Amino acid sequence: MGLLSTSVSITQYRVEGQIKAPVLDTIRAGLKKHTIDEIDNETSEQVVGWTPFENPFTPNFDTADIVIDTTFVFSLRIDKKSIPAKIVTKHLNLEMTRRLAESNRDFLSRAEKKEIKERVVNVLSTRIPATPNVYDLTWDYEAGRLWFFTNLKSANEALESLFTQSFKLSLIRLFPYTAAEFNPDLTGPEKDHLNQLKPTLFVD
Amino acid sequence: MLDVAVAYSRYQFLGEEFLSWLWFVIENDHQLLQQLDPDLAALEIGHRMVVVNRRHRDTGETVTIRGDHAGMEEGLLTLKKGGMVAEIHLIYRSGDNEWQFSLKGESLNLSSLKVPATGRVETEEEIEGAVIEKIYLYERVIGLINRLYARFVKLRLGDEWNKLVVPAVRKWIRTA
Repeated sequence: MGLLSTSVSITQYRVEGQIKAPVLDTIRAGLKKHTIDEIDNETSEQVVGWTPFENPFTPNFDTADIVIDTTFVFSLRIDKKSIPAKIVTKHLNLEMTRRLAESNRDFLSRAEKKEIKERVVNVLSTRIPATPNVYDLTWDYEAGRLWFFTNLKSANEALESLFTQSFKLSLIRLFPYTAAEFNPDLTGPEKDHLNQLKPTLFVD
Repeated sequence: MLDVAVAYSRYQFLGEEFLSWLWFVIENDHQLLQQLDPDLAALEIGHRMVVVNRRHRDTGETVTIRGDHAGMEEGLLTLKKGGMVAEIHLIYRSGDNEWQFSLKGESLNLSSLKVPATGRVETEEEIEGAVIEKIYLYERVIGLINRLYARFVKLRLGDEWNKLVVPAVRKWIRTA
């Protein structure tokens, strides 16, 4: 989902740690190293990587602007191929029939069936283009605050993993416990209390 | 700090208490809302609310209230039985502008966030300005929610919670 969309969903994160100076160069290097690869015409079924916010389908971090005002703005792209099950079944059937005819046998072992299925899926994967999903993010480096423009669990998990890999920083999702834990106004005893907290009942 | 995955499910109740408290504040304490956002004209319950009663695992109850003119009586009834607000749709107004969004208790995620209309982006040069404007508009509600949550947590972990806040919320639920 795009940050310029009419309706957006936002997951808030806190970024912990420091980036090696010069910050802009280090972040650009992390983005370049993990830029999304194209998997059309390849056997891979899914790929995850960074892409520029303004040109998500022609990623080039040598030229892309990654800072707007004082905020880093770029996107996570997840390309996935979905081969309909019925197409797999059809091609698997055709291939098994061919194999039986060639070998003059009337049965295939479990291992052969597995090997044929893998090959069929691989061949189909090269013929089916991947569907790209682009999720924008804004990262206020100074404040250690990141907004990711989706609530989708799989996309959030992909972000957390790729972000840590790319920048060697810890990305912590803000939900009730972590948002309370990082509240700067809490005292030590209040944080201890938080860790022992039991639910309140609003009825007698 | 607890393990994040464990803490997510263990502290789901905290997010739901926050939304239930927020409903109470919206109905009873406009002053607190203005204190946290001097530019706030109103914060109102929108067209959707989910109230969940987890007190009895076997007979758990989920009530979803929908519609622009939905009455909240059924939600209050579920609160009276020990339910908590799991999800809420809110309308925030400031000046002539209006924001709408849904807030989920277990994650504090914002969804379906609609901000006041901004100018149409016609050229590439206009993108930068549009992004800056959008970030500012998102910050208005995210900042408010974060300040409200910080205030709630401070109250929740302090002595006032059991002495003053819980009795006041109970009274509201009983008499509403």
